[in-house]
Amino acid sequence: MSFPWAEQYTPVNPLMKWVDDRLPLPRFVYNAVGAGYAVPRNLNYWWNFGVLSGFALVLQLVTGIILAMHYGANAGVAFDSVEHIMRDVNGGWLLRYAHANGASFFFIVVYIHIFRGLFFGSYKAPREMVWLLGLVIFLLMMATAFMGYVLPWGQMSFWGAKVITGLFGAIPVVGEPIQTWLLGGFAPGNAALNRFFSLHYLLPFVIAAVVILHIWALHIPGSSNPTGVDVKGPQDTVPFHPYYTAKDGFGLGVFLIIYALVLFFGPNMLGHPDNYIPANPMSTPAHIVPEWYFWPFYAILRAFTFDFFFVPAKLLGVLAMFASILLLFVLPWLDTSPVRSGRYRPLFRKFFYLLLVDVAILGYCGGAPAAEPYVMISQIAAAYYFAHFLIILPIVSKIERPLPLPNSITEAVLGHEPAAVAAE
Amino acid sequence: MATVETSETAVSAAEGEGVRRRDFINVAAVAFAGVGAVAVLPTLINQMNPSADVLAAATTEVDLSAIKPGQAIKAVFRSQPLFVRQLTPKEIAEADARPVASLRDPQSLEERTQPGKKQWLVTMGVCTHLGCVPLGAGEGEVRGEFGGYFCPCHGSSYDTAARIIKGPAPKNLEVPEYKFTSDTAILVG
Ligand code: HEM
Ligand code: FES
Repeated sequence: MSFPWAEQYTPVNPLMKWVDDRLPLPRFVYNAVGAGYAVPRNLNYWWNFGVLSGFALVLQLVTGIILAMHYGANAGVAFDSVEHIMRDVNGGWLLRYAHANGASFFFIVVYIHIFRGLFFGSYKAPREMVWLLGLVIFLLMMATAFMGYVLPWGQMSFWGAKVITGLFGAIPVVGEPIQTWLLGGFAPGNAALNRFFSLHYLLPFVIAAVVILHIWALHIPGSSNPTGVDVKGPQDTVPFHPYYTAKDGFGLGVFLIIYALVLFFGPNMLGHPDNYIPANPMSTPAHIVPEWYFWPFYAILRAFTFDFFFVPAKLLGVLAMFASILLLFVLPWLDTSPVRSGRYRPLFRKFFYLLLVDVAILGYCGGAPAAEPYVMISQIAAAYYFAHFLIILPIVSKIERPLPLPNSITEAVLGHEPAAVAAE
Repeated sequence: MATVETSETAVSAAEGEGVRRRDFINVAAVAFAGVGAVAVLPTLINQMNPSADVLAAATTEVDLSAIKPGQAIKAVFRSQPLFVRQLTPKEIAEADARPVASLRDPQSLEERTQPGKKQWLVTMGVCTHLGCVPLGAGEGEVRGEFGGYFCPCHGSSYDTAARIIKGPAPKNLEVPEYKFTSDTAILVG
């Protein structure tokens, strides 16, 4: 994409010119993340998290490919090979902690990125496709992280695999054959471990491909901004480089500091100690929990403890869990307010914060044992989650009276329209 | 391509509408490629199913002689836990006293055991909710509110006939196919 006023690529280096004439890759990069991409001048730090997600993906790819050089994807040796990485491989402990915590940080930045979109209405026209592709990435990430967690073949790995593939067993009639088919056996074993490794290696590259589509789709209309007001002219934008490369670079520095703190001072803080016990198909850990980033969904899964008409509780939980994510695919059509940014939507904003609290409660309950009062709290919180999107948002969009929008991005930044606009 | 298309449109414009030889070749070629693609699918899908060695290890023999009334053991069947339990007369009476119609998955103790061997309860040790191993077969493990098995994962409680009474599990613990090879031994699978 480009606004007509975006800078054009003119190679200075003769080699670059030679390449660009034959394969316009330098031009492509320049227009995608260089000075050729015109970006609203008022982006705040919430807009850093896209680049941070991209960084986290690269981090996982690099550390993962190195881990794969030392890891043995066989149920007989997997656990020991991870211990071998931890104890014997030079710097192996660091690489493994970098990868395991990298997954957590990947989810942290992606969740912030998603909630940024929810607050500032980034999912609305003309950026629906950006949002939909983002959700595809999110689903792929969840699959990748789940399969990655199985690889160390500890107790949580094994039982996580069993419980999650057990979800498919809830489907009537074909469920059990599907589960056996997914696992290549009657319980997780060597066959399952091998295929999970194969896919865990593959999916991040699929994610990288979808990320490219995501950014491509974004660059058609260009980035939104905290006011949600469309770009009207050159005075509203600045080139991506050097303005946002610098701003993103600063954000990356902060990210790396926090990441390093966890990596060096609490590398097992986000993990579960039971995963340092080798997988044992004969004994279930007292309390099976997935990784923290799945807790809200796990809480929704467990919220269904009663049958509804002829649908068994187990199937309901599974359906609700998948629905909680699939629901986000229709969000652009549920929120019909023409105003994008939550800044100018006083009522929407209150419900947005309530949703944040609700998801935090779900997350807490998902990590807690399956006992009262957590089950009841999850039930209420899960009901509210669905109500937010299916009932509250459509109604709020209809009845809300938004605050007056600024006339332009520049006016929002400077408090007045510069003379340049009048001159045009 | 472009030239072919132009000449095609030119031809069809000249000949008018209707099925032409070229349409037939088109459909035939695409159909041929389609059938080819579908033909390889079963192999691609079926390779994921349990392999021959996994299926070969699909029967298990269990010696019952050491299991006293009230005791249970865990064996391995198809790499999953198998619970073999000798019920006490009291446990049998408890199971029989429960009205079958009131159950989530209605089955009597008779239907879940072999004729004349009502005290031998053989079930999978796999919770029918999401597949955890319920507690209650091991020495000193809790057996839950109903004296059978208790699944710690999401709190399903089974009675002394391993039937689901409370919690999210939809079904009773599965009774695998098995037969008595002697009075004190069974062959499962
Ligand atoms: C989307 C990006 C990725 C995510 C979210 C992810 C996530 C994970 C997680 C959660 C684990 C378990 C960590 C543990 O508890 O030890 C793991 C392990 C592993 N991953 Fe990844 N991963 C990603 C990319 C990759 C890539 C590209 C490779 C390259 C093949 C890879 C190779 C491995 C290996 C070999 C292990 C097992 C060693 C270990 O447990 O530390 N990962 N991954
Ligand atoms: S797996 Fe047993 S209650 Fe969920």
